[in-house]
Formats: sequence, structure tokens, C-alpha cells
Amino acid sequence: MTPLTKAGVNGEAPDAELTEPAVRLRAEDVRLAYGERTVVDGLDLEVLAGTVTAVIGPNGCGKSTLLRALGRLLKPVGGRVLLDGERIDKMSTREVAKVLGLLPQAPTAPEGLTVADLVARGRHPHQAWYRQWSADDEEAVAQALEWTGIVDLAERPVDELSGGQRQRAWISMALAQGTDLLLLDEPTTFLDLAHQVDVLELVRRLHLEAGRTVVMVLHDLNLAARYADRLVAMRDGHIVAAGKPDEVVTESMLADVFGLAARVIADPVAGTPLVVPIGGHAPSS
Amino acid sequence: MTVLERGAARVAGRPALRGRRASVVWRPRYVLVLTVGIAALVIGMAVNVGRGEYPISILEVLAVLFGGGDSGQQFIILELRLPRSLTGALVGGALAVSGAITQAIARNPLASPDMIGLTAGASAAAVFVIVIGGGFGVLGGFLAAAGLPVAALLGGLLTATLIYALAWRRGVHGFRLVLVGIGLQAMLLAVVHWLLVVAEVFEAARAYVWLNGSLNARGWEHVVPVAIALAVLLPAAFLLAHVLGALQYGDDTARGLGVPVNRARSLLLLVAVGLASVATACAGPIAFVALVSPQIAQRLVGGARPPIGMSLVVGAALTVIADLIARTAFGGTELPVGIVTAVLGAPYLLYLLARYGREARA
Repeated sequence: MTPLTKAGVNGEAPDAELTEPAVRLRAEDVRLAYGERTVVDGLDLEVLAGTVTAVIGPNGCGKSTLLRALGRLLKPVGGRVLLDGERIDKMSTREVAKVLGLLPQAPTAPEGLTVADLVARGRHPHQAWYRQWSADDEEAVAQALEWTGIVDLAERPVDELSGGQRQRAWISMALAQGTDLLLLDEPTTFLDLAHQVDVLELVRRLHLEAGRTVVMVLHDLNLAARYADRLVAMRDGHIVAAGKPDEVVTESMLADVFGLAARVIADPVAGTPLVVPIGGHAPSS
Repeated sequence: MTVLERGAARVAGRPALRGRRASVVWRPRYVLVLTVGIAALVIGMAVNVGRGEYPISILEVLAVLFGGGDSGQQFIILELRLPRSLTGALVGGALAVSGAITQAIARNPLASPDMIGLTAGASAAAVFVIVIGGGFGVLGGFLAAAGLPVAALLGGLLTATLIYALAWRRGVHGFRLVLVGIGLQAMLLAVVHWLLVVAEVFEAARAYVWLNGSLNARGWEHVVPVAIALAVLLPAAFLLAHVLGALQYGDDTARGLGVPVNRARSLLLLVAVGLASVATACAGPIAFVALVSPQIAQRLVGGARPPIGMSLVVGAALTVIADLIARTAFGGTELPVGIVTAVLGAPYLLYLLARYGREARA
């Protein structure tokens, strides 16, 4: 598999790892609201270069909202979000798009689109009305298709793909954008377990082999613990715990955040924490 | 364009056509279909110009267009018939491009200017001017003639602003836009009918012909304003087409791709409203051209959204051919072109609605 070139990418994640890792994204005292309804309040978060961060928490805890704010899809009503030290809402949305790629939850493609056309759309921030398919575009798209293993599907209509294939196509589009920072909102929703593992293996390879920084919202705690090197647990719009998976996934956190009585044992394959629910609700503290 | 290179394709289905700085995906089917479409438009116009009380053969028509023919033929073609055909082509093209933009923005084939109230808004304003203006004698008559295009444009813009404001809920979603537009359209048509009821018989008749969408007695004075408007708005539409492609993916994805979504969408809507209003001011609300043409164009070309250039050609050809039928197929009576486009377009609308009902998706 060809490694992704770093053409058009601003950060220098692989080298930076040797020294002090840079803060790529920082949320400072952020308050997020939809209209009158405050979803997230007083939240601070740092995303370091070259890490895979998974945000976990029960439904409605504000994790997707947080991801939207980090990707400048939602403007904070209080506090600020910094991308590489600069206020993200002051940057042009096109400049942000050259550094930060994002995959919304359940994205929709127009009917009748082919996979190659979908992935090529990821090049939009690098294009203009007169420059719609440069040699760089073609190279980036070819590599993105190879990375996600969907070269053979290039000419198929997106609506004919299986769920797993479609998700790969969307991730491929985000890769073609050529950013070394990726935000993925529940990239494994609607996928069966095998395809969930597939997608997360891809994320791990992007991280290990191409030095990408990834922030993703995940539902499955065990997969999150296995594939992320940093977990952020949220409840009611606040961060309750953040750190390495074995620091965050504890029996008291599960009771506290999810209201779940569970045992935590070592995953027999990866050694990461494995949640075994006991059943019934634990009294939340 | 400088040296064009055709490198070995790395991505299946997207061969490149590249100059030194410019580059596009080479789509032979589009080029072929576009060429055939332009040929059909030219032939349709030539036949339309040739038919009439004093028939002139296609070859003679072409001869006159290239500077030949006798003076009688020149007068009939250049002064009497060509402006009508040209008006039809320009107006049809403008409506079709307007429809291609609104359908793509709303991601809904029902969202064309003649369905969501834009042309109805222009109509209501224009009928208002015809009815009220006619009541003030000579001065009123003059007002009606000069003020009609301006009124139609203002009516279209006002309606678009209303639709946008009413459909706005942290961004505009296609389906809301369509529903709000259909509601507004119903109200505006009620206004039109009320105006027709209160109008004097003579004004009401005039308004009625205009409302059917007519190319009767169109001269160069009608061609020029539409041509100028198209000369400004069409390049804008082509420049924005690339962004329109990205807007198709929904607001979040488009923003993620670096598109300033609200600004881009407002600009595109402004272009669409301008095109639809100018066309309506010139020839009345010619029915269904804006709805059908972009969809025909998309089916001919393939792809995920109505193509701007092909829509232009289809809309122009459709209107010219409909006008030819309206003028010549019913013996001595010339019908307004809008009646023919309605007869051709209504079955398509039924098909769209039936398909929508079955799929039941928003």
C-alpha cells in the first residue's frame, strides 16, 4: 500500500512526535447551544498532534456537538476554539478545509453519484472554477481510493454500495482532502461489527503510517478503548474523565457517566480495558 | 487554452483534460449531447422562423441569417420572425438555468421557480402593474409598458426573500424550501386571480394572455433586455456551478469542504431569481420549462445534478419547439406558447409526484 504523501498538508506530525507534541485543536471554556438550549458548558479540551482521540458518553451528552464546534460547523456562544493556535472562527472556511477534514454523522450524497466523483469532491478546497481536476487532485484521489481499498468500486454509484463500502467511500473523500487532522462523527454507525473493526483498523493505519491526528465520536466503549490512545468521557455537556483508555474506562466511570453497573477486565486480545455489563442500573453518584 | 494533455488516468471514470493551469474532467458524453442539443436548437429556430403565412425554406432562412436572401425575406425573417424565436430561446434558456440552480440547491426536482412561487411572485407584480397601470389613461399605459419588467423583477426578488426567510431555520433545507414555496405560490396565485376579478375587461384580457406565457409580437425591443440580463447572469451561474456541486452534499459536508454555505447559496439563489424574473417579465410565466428542462438535461448527460450548460440548451430548444407547435399546429389560431409547454410538462409533473409518493422521502 502506498503511503499517503504529505503534499498540501501544513502540519508536521511525524517529526513533531519526537519532540513536544503540538496542540492542534484547543477548546477553551467553550459554551455550545442550539438556540436557547445549552448543550455544552465551560468545556476545555486539547487535541495533541499525532494522537487518536475518541469522545464517548451516553446519548445526548453533547459529544457530537463538541465535534461540530471543533470542526467550525457550530460557532460557540462562549469561549473559543483554536486550530494550530489561531481562532478557527476568524479563519476563512476554505483555509480551515485545507488543514482539517471532517466526516459528519450520516452524510448524504446526491443521487446517481459515482464513488470516484464522491471522493474527488474532497479536493474542493484545492480547486477553482477553472481548475477542477489537476494532476495533484488525481493523485490524491487515487491514493485515497487505495487506502480505503475501494479502487475497484470507483465507477459504481454510491447508492448501490453496502453500508461498509459507503462508509469507506466517505472516509476516502475526507482523506482526498489531504488534511492531517480528521474529525469523524460516529464513523461506525449502522455498520456490523466486522465493518466497524474494518473502519477502525483504517483509522489506526492512518494514525500509525500517515501520522494523521484523529478525533472521533464513538458509541462502542470496547472499540474506543482499543483503537484510541486517548479517551474523553462526557456527561451532560461536561468532560468527566480524559486520558489513556485504562485510566478512563473504570467501573466507577461507567457507573457515573453511563449509569451502568459493569466489570472492567483486560481485553484478552489487545490488553485494553473491556467492559462487561452486569445488568440493571447502578445508582449514579 | 494552451497545450492540452491527456495523461494516463489514475482514477477510473474521470479522465482529465488539462491545460497549463486549467483542468476539467473529460466527459465525452456531455460534449456529444451538448452538440446534438445545440444542433436541435438551431434547426428548431430555423424551422420556426421559416414557417408562417409566408413560408420560407430552411436553406433560405440560413442564407438570410448569413447575409443573403432578397429584401422581402430579410424583412420577414430579421424584423418579424427572428426576434420572436430569439426571445423564446433566451427566455427558455434563462428559465431552465434558473430551475437547474434551485433544484440543485434544494436537492429536489420539484424545487423549480415555477413551482416554488418565484415566477408567481413576478406574475402577481406584473399583473398588478397591468391592471392598475391601465386605469390611469395614457400615462398609466406608458407606466404599464415600462414598469412591467421592473415590477416582475421586484416581485420575484421579494418572493425569494420571503421564501428564504420563512424556510430559514439555522440554514435552509431543501424540503422546507419547497413546502414554503408551494404555500406562497398558492397565495400569490390567489392575488393574481383577485386582480383579474377587479380589473377592467380590457386589462384583464391583456393580463390573461400575458399570464399564459406568450411570445406573440415579440420584437428586438424584447430581445435586448433579456440578452443583456443573460450576458450578466449566465457567466455568474457558470462561475458558481463548481460551488453548487459542493452544496449538493448537505450543509455540514459542504462547510467541511471549505464552502461558505450561506453566502454561496444566497448568491446562487439571487442569480436564479434574476434569471426567472427577467424571463417572466419578458414573456410571462411560461409553464414547466424551468421544471422539466434541467431534469431532461440531467438524464441526457448523467451525473448527480442538473448541468447548467445543457439545461440552457434544452430549455431554449424546448421553448422554441413549443412555440413552433403553438404557432402552426392549430390552423389559423396561434396559441400562447405557455399552453403548449403546460400540455407537454404537466404529465412529467404527475410522474414526478407519483414517483415521490412511492419513495416517500424528504
